[in-house]
Amino acid sequence: MSVGLVPKSASERVLGATSWFVFAFLYAPIIVLTIFSFNENDNVGIWTEFSFRWYGEMFQNDAVMGALRNSLIVAVISTVVSTLLGTAAAVALEKYRFRGRTAFDGLTYLPVIIPDVTMAVMMLLFFVQLFAMLGGLGLSFQFGLGTISLSHIAFSISFVAIVVRARLGQLDPSLEEAAADLYADRRTAFRRVTLPLIMPSVLGGALLALTISLDDVVVTSFVSGPGSTTLPVYVFGLVRRGVTPLINAVSVVMLAASITLVLVSLVFQRRGDGDPGSAGI
Amino acid sequence: MSEAVELSGVTKRFGDFTAVDGIDLAVGDGEFFSLLGPSGCGKTTTLRMIAGFEFPTEGSLRIHGTEMGLLPPNKRPVNTVFQSYALFPHMNIEENVGFGLLMKKVGKSEIDERVKRTLDMVQLGSRAAAKPDQLSGGQRQRVALARALVNEPEVLLLDEPLGALDLKLRQSMQLELKELQHRVGITFIYVTHDQQEALTMSDRIGVMNEGRLLQVDDPEELYERPKSRFVANFIGEINLLDGTVGSGGEIELGGDLRVSGGDGLAAGTSVGIGLRPERITLHDDGMVPDGRVALPGTVASRIYHGDYYAYAVETPAGHIDVTEENRAGVQTHDEGIRVVVSWDPSASTVVVD
Repeated sequence: MSVGLVPKSASERVLGATSWFVFAFLYAPIIVLTIFSFNENDNVGIWTEFSFRWYGEMFQNDAVMGALRNSLIVAVISTVVSTLLGTAAAVALEKYRFRGRTAFDGLTYLPVIIPDVTMAVMMLLFFVQLFAMLGGLGLSFQFGLGTISLSHIAFSISFVAIVVRARLGQLDPSLEEAAADLYADRRTAFRRVTLPLIMPSVLGGALLALTISLDDVVVTSFVSGPGSTTLPVYVFGLVRRGVTPLINAVSVVMLAASITLVLVSLVFQRRGDGDPGSAGI
Repeated sequence: MSEAVELSGVTKRFGDFTAVDGIDLAVGDGEFFSLLGPSGCGKTTTLRMIAGFEFPTEGSLRIHGTEMGLLPPNKRPVNTVFQSYALFPHMNIEENVGFGLLMKKVGKSEIDERVKRTLDMVQLGSRAAAKPDQLSGGQRQRVALARALVNEPEVLLLDEPLGALDLKLRQSMQLELKELQHRVGITFIYVTHDQQEALTMSDRIGVMNEGRLLQVDDPEELYERPKSRFVANFIGEINLLDGTVGSGGEIELGGDLRVSGGDGLAAGTSVGIGLRPERITLHDDGMVPDGRVALPGTVASRIYHGDYYAYAVETPAGHIDVTEENRAGVQTHDEGIRVVVSWDPSASTVVVD
């Protein structure tokens, strides 16, 4: 029997059809969303003609722009802080033996596993208690961008730590020893050898943290205050008042940004995979 | 003369486990010294203590007379060639080799000049811009060597550096390393589990087992006069015949055979008589030259190895392996025939433990 001319069995046909169906199920809404974001009509469901009208309105809309600004502030702060802390945690867990390391190790993964709502309630209660205590000292704090940023940092650290640690685990431990053997002190060895080698995963982790922060609705809506609405929370609020093509436009922009960030993150992580610095002949 | 490296009473414990147990060792200047032993014998731990990656639990470690104490690796006048080579994958060959000099704040032009000279020495001058993953195993090995040697260390530490190479390449690198060591005149401390490699390359060898240094000698002495059963068995092939020291200092073996060599040992001490298979001769006709120790036996098996024949002979003193070179006109001995096994008294060695 010649290769490639094997007749397809019934089960293969069913499998093929199923996978097309799954793809359609996943991506059809996205395509519809995207197409209708370019619709001229006020009504989401009725197509009239192609236009950038809603994209224009989006940029004119102060509420959208304010929410976008808030989102970006929170995302930048939480990404920078969680990348630094997450990387430090990964290095500590991978390289040093200390009391409570095993417990700490397990707890690192917790924020990834626990449901968003639980995380949100936890953060809310934490801040309420904290503010009450600080209030007792005569200090007054409010929910706002600060609390949102802290909450995002709290769950992003785990993602960064996990990504960075995977990479650290692949590194040949002799590399840092070799640097020390060649007269580098600990800090220099880390800066000139370990850090460049884990940099792809640090950047990958940072982009992941950025994406998660930009997309988060649940935790943010629990710990936000007046005037600190972020873009996803704003969109969520709009939907409850009825869908307008404006939401389509905002969603498409957020979707494009998220996909771009995730792709860039994958590229960074992939780039590091080639030479994990192990012996290998 | 101040020794290049001096260990006195060096012990290393990891929790309850004693990796290195009270080692005393002095390695001379310009010496090619090998630490030989099976895996887990403590040889790598010893090397890592000299490098400064581990610190002794007890004892003192000096390099050219200076106590190393808790000095970190970057402050020690030694460099290491790692088993995995540990080349920095994000730097090219030139940057790898120049790293140590850069850390020592040597001037740019001097770094360039010394890196170039060292790379030429290991025949990799043309690959300066390549990344480590573009090189073959043998080339990486040379880069690792260059990266250490360029710093002109007082002592070069090598941790099974040829372990990852295939046999042919390993043999040619052995010669190359030995030749290189003569040329640069730096003290080499070489860790290996391969006795052939140690015998071929070293000025002196220290044999280790279970954290202890059993014997330190030059290759000939180590092979000809092993002092313990472990060393005798670990270096090359050997027959160990069980014997007991008699009242007159002679050693009694099975089959009423008596040999000398028990002087100074208490009567009744059980000893082993070590005999290298190539030092034994087989005689079909029983015509043994005068002065040789002779023992009757039966050929149990003969195996052809190309350049030699390996015989197993059953004798009253025990099982004896014999090898005879496959020279032109050599007389072979068939399985099952009665032979006489003989050796020169000076060819045997006595081991006590």
